[in-house]
Amino acid sequence: MDVLTLSRLQFAATVSFHYLYPPLSIGLGVALVIMEALWLRTGNPLYHQMARFWTRIFALTFALGVATGIVMEFEFGTNWAAYSRFVGDVFGSALAAEGIFAFFLESGFLAVLLFGWDKVSRAMHFFATCMVCLGAHFSAIWIVVANSWMQTPAGYHLVQTPGGPRAEITDFWAMVFNPSSMERLFHVLCGCWQAGAFLVVSVAAWYLLKQRHFEFAKASMRVGLGLGLVASVLSLVSGHESARGVARNQPAKLAAFEGLFETTPNAPLVLFGWVDEKNERVLGPRIPGLLSYLTHGEVNRPVTGLREFPPEDRPPVQRVFQLYHLMVAIGLGMIAVSVLGSFLCWRGILFRHRWMLGVLVLSVLGPQIANQAGWFAAEMGRQPWIVYGLMRTAEGLSPNVSAHAVLGSLVLFTFIYLLLFAVFVYLLNDKIQHGPDAADLVPSGKLALPTRA
Amino acid sequence: MNIEWLDLNTVWFVLVGVLFTGYAMLDGFDLGVGALHLFTKTDEERRLMLNSIGPVWDGNEVWLVTGGGALFAAFPEVYATVFSGFYFAFILLLVALIFRAVAIEFRSKQPMRWWRQMWDVSFAAGSVLSSFLIGVAMGNIAWGIALDEKHEFAGSFFDLLHPYALLLGVTTVALFMMHGAIYALMKTEGPLHEKLRGWINHTIIFFIICYAITTMATLLYVPHMAARVRANPWLFSIALVNMLAIANIPREVTRRRDGRAFISSCVAMLALMTLFGLEMYPHLILSNPNPEHSLTIYNAASSQKTLGIMLIIALIGVPLVLAYTVSIYWIFRGKVRLTPLSY
Repeated sequence: MDVLTLSRLQFAATVSFHYLYPPLSIGLGVALVIMEALWLRTGNPLYHQMARFWTRIFALTFALGVATGIVMEFEFGTNWAAYSRFVGDVFGSALAAEGIFAFFLESGFLAVLLFGWDKVSRAMHFFATCMVCLGAHFSAIWIVVANSWMQTPAGYHLVQTPGGPRAEITDFWAMVFNPSSMERLFHVLCGCWQAGAFLVVSVAAWYLLKQRHFEFAKASMRVGLGLGLVASVLSLVSGHESARGVARNQPAKLAAFEGLFETTPNAPLVLFGWVDEKNERVLGPRIPGLLSYLTHGEVNRPVTGLREFPPEDRPPVQRVFQLYHLMVAIGLGMIAVSVLGSFLCWRGILFRHRWMLGVLVLSVLGPQIANQAGWFAAEMGRQPWIVYGLMRTAEGLSPNVSAHAVLGSLVLFTFIYLLLFAVFVYLLNDKIQHGPDAADLVPSGKLALPTRA
Repeated sequence: MNIEWLDLNTVWFVLVGVLFTGYAMLDGFDLGVGALHLFTKTDEERRLMLNSIGPVWDGNEVWLVTGGGALFAAFPEVYATVFSGFYFAFILLLVALIFRAVAIEFRSKQPMRWWRQMWDVSFAAGSVLSSFLIGVAMGNIAWGIALDEKHEFAGSFFDLLHPYALLLGVTTVALFMMHGAIYALMKTEGPLHEKLRGWINHTIIFFIICYAITTMATLLYVPHMAARVRANPWLFSIALVNMLAIANIPREVTRRRDGRAFISSCVAMLALMTLFGLEMYPHLILSNPNPEHSLTIYNAASSQKTLGIMLIIALIGVPLVLAYTVSIYWIFRGKVRLTPLSY
């Protein structure tokens, strides 16, 4: 394999493994804020026990996120040096801002969240939890801003330097609020909240099925389903906005998402199907006019098809189409699951429907698969560009790194990450089997002191 | 704001230096505690060592992440050249940092002996290897690396392993071990504390030997790393501060003033990094041979506009960072004790 394929494989492997964890940290962060707020408000020790248990799970996901995250920051330089020279002025600023505004906040207050239970007061602990959650969201903001600039570059100009052209910032805020950053950020955050919420739901459903920790599971289920329902519905709203943005800013990507070859008014929405790339058509059931309607709000306006783009500027259609449809299908499925689950939970009869509890146990996989599929569709849909319209992916490589070197590091990372994943699943399972600690029903140390009204 | 009178490139040279010095002073003791970890034998002692850095190591590593981000933003040419040029060294550093991080989290989660042994070794090996590679990178930057006219590294992985770079690698391990031992001394009490007090002289002697050899090797074989001090004798005062701070460490340790010993160790690091920065300035990466291909704070920098924006970000961010850091160290002050929350 050539160095381009290997470098892309390595980036995909390391970033997709990394991205199992930050969504859990962000989503569980929100869940922890809710649990601690409920505890502060009601004084019910059950919420304290919940916060303690989920903090332990949070710590595990956070550690893996930190350990695999630093790889991402280094990899731009190690494998994509030409890209780094080209975008450093713009992209580097976003990464540096992430470090200074997000990571310090997160890691500093994480110490209080994990180890400060008996050392600080309830209000201070709640504040620390909020700050960790905020820090996790800040890091999402800056990294999505950086990635969105690669999708829809703005606020820059190209400058000739002795080493070739490079992008330099002309307007910082135009760079930050580039045409796709806010809608993509919102959609990414919805996916993260779902990932955290359905982990809580899944573990709670499993306890209910096994008839363990009944009160704990019921309360966790309510928090998880509530957050999951809101996030799933918002995910559809933000996804719709984001797709309209793609149609505006990256029409070739939208055409690949939808498998649309011919520019046409009354463009159909293909529900699922198979792309026949040779004959430039898609086989599968479709609803006429719906794509035009979703994109423009009226059926008569045309949607740009892939034939408008020369073949060398088109993304790989089949893979992008399938991944995008997988994401949408799971997204709709999560809405159905969370609506039904919430309804049964609200009526107090969820516990009698064992099949539904079984579905909820598996629901943890939904957001994870959809997050991965969505990101793969977004990044493969940007191809063949590394920075849309400005630099091709093949031009971004490190010129002096050989295919052998990348193959070596790819094998090394794959081996290590498989090991880490096995250990993670083992420890996560162990914590879930162990369950919440009965001792956590009695707050100790400074937490035992009453809060001032 | 009016920042025109500032040379932004120099400001960013200093700021990147501050971030990496902060990293050395803070994560340096984490890595040092890691290097000493296997010398402690019982499970309780090892848990005390781990938990002495438990709440803070993660924040300390952020200094490296932010330093990397700042280098990318302010001097993208250096970031691209060094990271792609030192490809295998950086992959190894990443692997070492990954194992260090997960070992801390995983180790005490299971009671099995083999499990704890495995993560103890990962923690120690990851810490030693990280320190060593950071030193090797510093050694190569001081010595100079082969760059072509496009600022691309023209050598191979094995060119990076010349004796001077290896010497700096070992010296860095020694420095962090001493620094970590002093930190552990501050955070422990009882039998482990007394045991550490017995070891600390070994770490100090190990460091002073490495320090003396490095200083001699630098003066003899890397004369450009002493040129500015030679030309401006008043700068020798920094070298003097460095030597006095190092000499003060054994004195304070003997008098059981561990906090002061730690401050001396930090001052020694600060002086070393200052000397390093002064000798490098305005170069960031020296090209050897072909010095005309060197990367400087001018030919490797981002635009003035970006450096200005980044300075505003730094001016907002740095006070916040210092505030978090100080409060966390304050909340977790005092001797470490094992509780159900501990690693």
